[in-house]
Amino acid sequence: MATTIKSGFERIRNTEVWRTIFRSGSGSSNLHRSQAVQQNIFLHLFSVKVRSRALEFSPTWYLGALTLSTFFILIATGILLMFYYHPSVPQAYADMKDLQFVVASGVFLRNLHRWSAHAMVFLVFAHMFKVFYRGAYRPPRQFNWVIGVFLLLITLLLSYTGYLLPWDQLAFWAVTVGSNIAKAVPLMGKQIRFLMLGGNEVNANALLRFYVLHCVILPLVAILLVGVHFWRIRKDGGLYVPEKKNL
Amino acid sequence: MQAEVQSDVRKNPRRIAFILRRTSPYVKTQDDGRVMTYPTALSRFIIALEVAFVLLVWISLLANAPLEGMADPMHTPNPAKAPWYFLGLQELLHYFPPMVAGVLVPGLVVGALIVIPYFNINIEGESLWAKDRKRRLMIIGVALVLFCIFLLAFDVIVALVPTILIGGLMLWSARFSSESPRLFHRWLASKPLSFWIMSWFLIELTILTVVGTFFRGPGWSWVLPWQS
Repeated sequence: MATTIKSGFERIRNTEVWRTIFRSGSGSSNLHRSQAVQQNIFLHLFSVKVRSRALEFSPTWYLGALTLSTFFILIATGILLMFYYHPSVPQAYADMKDLQFVVASGVFLRNLHRWSAHAMVFLVFAHMFKVFYRGAYRPPRQFNWVIGVFLLLITLLLSYTGYLLPWDQLAFWAVTVGSNIAKAVPLMGKQIRFLMLGGNEVNANALLRFYVLHCVILPLVAILLVGVHFWRIRKDGGLYVPEKKNL
Repeated sequence: MQAEVQSDVRKNPRRIAFILRRTSPYVKTQDDGRVMTYPTALSRFIIALEVAFVLLVWISLLANAPLEGMADPMHTPNPAKAPWYFLGLQELLHYFPPMVAGVLVPGLVVGALIVIPYFNINIEGESLWAKDRKRRLMIIGVALVLFCIFLLAFDVIVALVPTILIGGLMLWSARFSSESPRLFHRWLASKPLSFWIMSWFLIELTILTVVGTFFRGPGWSWVLPWQS
């Protein structure tokens, strides 16, 4: 069975159409496997070969890979949720109720998006601490660490802007508490808060702003920075794995 | 050990590297084995993706995302809480003015995180007690006591306890060296200053977040999570 699937896949990879799309043929030689990475616009961010020690569990706990996984889940579920959501008051809350009672698997969709978001925030923090304790921020990886710090901030902002969208009491007051902190910024605190909310309090304008930030601007920035983050891994010589030393 | 130099240097050029300190990951004393990204690394990533997906689907099937009544600006819940990852900051807001807890502290944290790789002391990762042991002990001891008095003055017991624990462990580690008989002692002695600061930050972050999430009730008063 497995061999049938494998040979079937090989046959597909050898067709002209496949080869025009992916620019690589079949075969299990290192050349073909290199081409599968090099000739693919997404995979070419990565190096063709990786150190086998970098794939072990202990140096990374796969926290970066798991963070990216939650990000993928969030994009997929987020797009589906956008089909059922209007960023307006009070329709936004009615849409939550529709997800609960009308839309097929709507509750599941919202659950998956919300729990994945919490998981991503947690994993980003965990990833940062793991990288620190491994010492992987050291030259030549300094700037990738800085990009990572910005990705942490983007993740927090993504989660925070998404928090308002259900427009329930929890969302409203959490964002009110958060936006009141912006007022404490010296000299231009009030202006910053006004820019953030599109008004002096959390209202329909704030909902629209948070929606645009959450669904368009922040994801685009995140995808861009994630791209640079991965490209830098390759440019900086692969994942850093410390040598085993005897204490 | 036998040193050997090829007679024909032009044909077989030799490179000699002087490695003074372990400052750069570029410096490798041995070459590691390598595997192909496709399919080995890629399949590992797909497994990670599937593990994350299966776990999150399970959680989503078992627990519903919270949804309260519609937003009502006229009705303030008590307590009004930020998302969990900001509750550490909200806990600090309880003790310090917003200018300090909401602007200064997060600004300093982000700034400190960004500059970590640009300081040689963090890159060399030398043991805190390797040099000037007595002087460092005095400076760190005084700084710790002053910081604890500061926290006590503002009544921040939640942050004081981990500070005393980590600070105590740090000062205790000065007793040991790389020659200490026990592995744990040698491990403690080998740690640089950045390790202690980051560990202190990690523990403070965890404790403040947990306290803000589970131990704070109406009027930000202390409650026990099982006595709701």
